[in-house]
Formats: sequence, structure tokens, C-alpha cells
Amino acid sequence: MSGGVFTLVGRELALVWAERGGGAIALIFFVIVGSLFPFAVGPEPQVLLRIAPGIIWVSALLACLLSLERLFQPDAEDGTLEQLVVSGQSLESVAVAKMIAHWLTTALPLVILTPIMAAMLNAPVEVWGTLLLGLLLGTPALSAIGSVAAALTVGVRRGGVLISLLVLPLAVPTLIFGVGVSDPLAGASALKWLAATTLLALAVSPFAAAAGLRAAME
Amino acid sequence: MTASPPLSLRAEALVCRRGGRTVFTDVSLAVAPGAALLVTGPNGAGKSSLLKLLAGTLRPEAGVIERPERIAYLGHDNALKPVLTVAENLLFWAGLGAPSRREALARAEAAAAAVGIAPLWDVPARLLSSGQKRRTALARVLASNAALWLLDEPTVGLDAASVERLGPVFARHRAGGGMIVATSHTPLPLGDADVLELGGRA
Repeated sequence: MSGGVFTLVGRELALVWAERGGGAIALIFFVIVGSLFPFAVGPEPQVLLRIAPGIIWVSALLACLLSLERLFQPDAEDGTLEQLVVSGQSLESVAVAKMIAHWLTTALPLVILTPIMAAMLNAPVEVWGTLLLGLLLGTPALSAIGSVAAALTVGVRRGGVLISLLVLPLAVPTLIFGVGVSDPLAGASALKWLAATTLLALAVSPFAAAAGLRAAME
Repeated sequence: MTASPPLSLRAEALVCRRGGRTVFTDVSLAVAPGAALLVTGPNGAGKSSLLKLLAGTLRPEAGVIERPERIAYLGHDNALKPVLTVAENLLFWAGLGAPSRREALARAEAAAAAVGIAPLWDVPARLLSSGQKRRTALARVLASNAALWLLDEPTVGLDAASVERLGPVFARHRAGGGMIVATSHTPLPLGDADVLELGGRA
């Protein structure tokens, strides 16, 4: 069965590569949202220094939402989902493959771009490490929660807005603990809580997403 | 230890309900290896729903279905990704069922040749005509190596020559012990297929 997941992830990556542009949009969005904050709160280094991890986390969270609407929708519309079921793939492994692909194509590029954002926002170099660690540990939860919301809204018109409404409240714990990792005093315990939150999301979401897809196929 | 999966298709007393509406009740059918079944009936009689039940993408409200392990299903949608070429589309699906990459390639090439889309091998699916897309989807069914083919209106968009070409394809599949269940509003080159008439209701 895991062979099937790898094949599915490979196909997702091939599709993103063939469609191009799709992944870059989230990156550009990430940078633009992040650079809005200095305009809004003022460019004082002391202020930015304090809120930079929060800005980066909020920007990453919003950027992750962008590609979710197209996560399952095309496959549901063009019959691919049905074909996967007929060819013996479980919807759970389809959901896992989509989460992995979403993380690799959307979240991972954001993490890689984070040092540039951190430099732009004058975040002290000492927090870069914890910031990256937090993002690496927390973004899989965003992909997992997002895939559940995407699966639940398959077949819903203007589902993208609904996805945001579903994901953002559920992502609050990840956001709190993710930003907390960069806190010099409470960082260690926030890291453990972040890991626990991500594990919980990863464990539950394949089954929740599969249930959503199953309902959509009726 | 579970019993080995059946080699033939059998369904008994199927009831299909979709969206709170009963589509059909008490449909039974049996298809032996090498046999074909043509499902007919007016629009809305439940032909496509029956095929989805047999394919396993819908669950019956009541009734039993025994089916072979490996099934290929051709629905109304062709499940082609427009940005991928014919080859990439076919190889993905062939690869899901084939033991090795080489075997998948051999199956996909043979299937493409059988339905006459081999010359379009490297063409992105978005550039295909609707008939060519349908033939690519049929090639996917061929390349699956499944014993049971469930074909929902396989000839939609096909020209006369392409329909004729399906005759030997169907015959070869059945000669090898394969089974076909098809729906169609136009004549299919299925030879001596059994016919299951679904009653229409408004």
C-alpha cells in the first residue's frame, strides 16, 4: 500500500511541475503578506524584531491556504478519484499522498524562503533556527488540517472561502505553539506542544479526509 | 484465510438509492468469464449507477455483489490530466496495476496501438479531440490488465472507424477469459452479448 502512496505523490509532483506557476504563487503571496506588516505597523526595528516570528507564521498560514481549493477538486471533477478507488487505492492513502504533496510543493518552499523573510523583517539571527524548526514541525499540521477541509468542501461551489473558515480556527493551536518555539523562555515546552499538535493532526486527518471524499462520491 | 476472489461477476437483488431517490430495485445479473453484458434502458434508468455499483464507487442500498479482484472502469469522465501527455496519463494508471515499470510501459504501448492513439503518444491530453480523449481512456482500460471491464458509453465521441476497431479489442479480451459489462445508446461491436434491460421511471 505504501508503494501506492509513493506513486500517487510522484504523480502529484509531476502535475505541479507540468502546471508550473502554481507553487510560485504561494511563495509570492507569502512574501507580499509578510512585507505588508512593516507598512502597517511602522518600520521601527524594535517593533519588527519582536513580532517578526508572528508575521512569518501568519503569512505562511495564509499562503498555505491558497492551493488547498485545487487539492481534490480537479480529481473529483475529472473522474480521477473514482478511477483511483476502482484501481484499489484506499481513499486514506489518496489523502495521505495529497498531504505529502501539498507539504512538499507549498509548505516546504515557504520554509526555505523564511530566512529571507526573517532578514527582511529584521528578526534577530538567534531566532532563525527556532523559527525554521517551528515551521518545519508545524507546517505538516497545516497541510493535514487543510487537506481535511479541502476534502470536506469537494463539490461545494466557492469552496475556497469555506476552506479558509474551516482551517483558520483549527490552525490556532499550531500557530500559538509554532510562534512560541521562538520564545527564548518558553521555547522548549512550546516545541513539545507543537510536536504533539502536529502528531494529532497527522494521525486523525487521513481518516477525516477520506470520509469527506467518500461522502463527495455518493 | 479468506477465500480467493471470484473469477466471474455476479450481482443479486441490487437496490440503488441516490440522493434519497430509488433508482432501481431488484436487479440481478451474472457474467461468466468470456461473456459480455449490454445494459440498456432509457435515460435515467440507472445504467451508469449500476456500473458504479459494480465498480465499487457506489454502495448498494441492498443486495450482494461478487466481483473479480481487478476491475477497469470507464466512466463518463475520462480521468485525463490535460497537462500530461497521453503517455504520462496511461503510464500512471498502468503503473498502479503492473508489477514493474517495464511491464507498465509494454501494456500502455500495446493498449495505445490497439485503439489507434499510438501516433499521439507524446501529445498533451489538452490538445486531443473528444474522440481521441475517449480512445485514450479506453486505452487505460486495456492497459489495466483487469479481467472485468465496466464501460459506460464507451463510444461517445468516437467516429465509425474507431468504433469498428473496438470489435477485435473486445473479442480478444473475451477470448482471454475477460468479461465486459457495457452501456450504450449506439450499437457496440460486442457480438453475442447478453442484454439487461433496465426499466425507466420518471
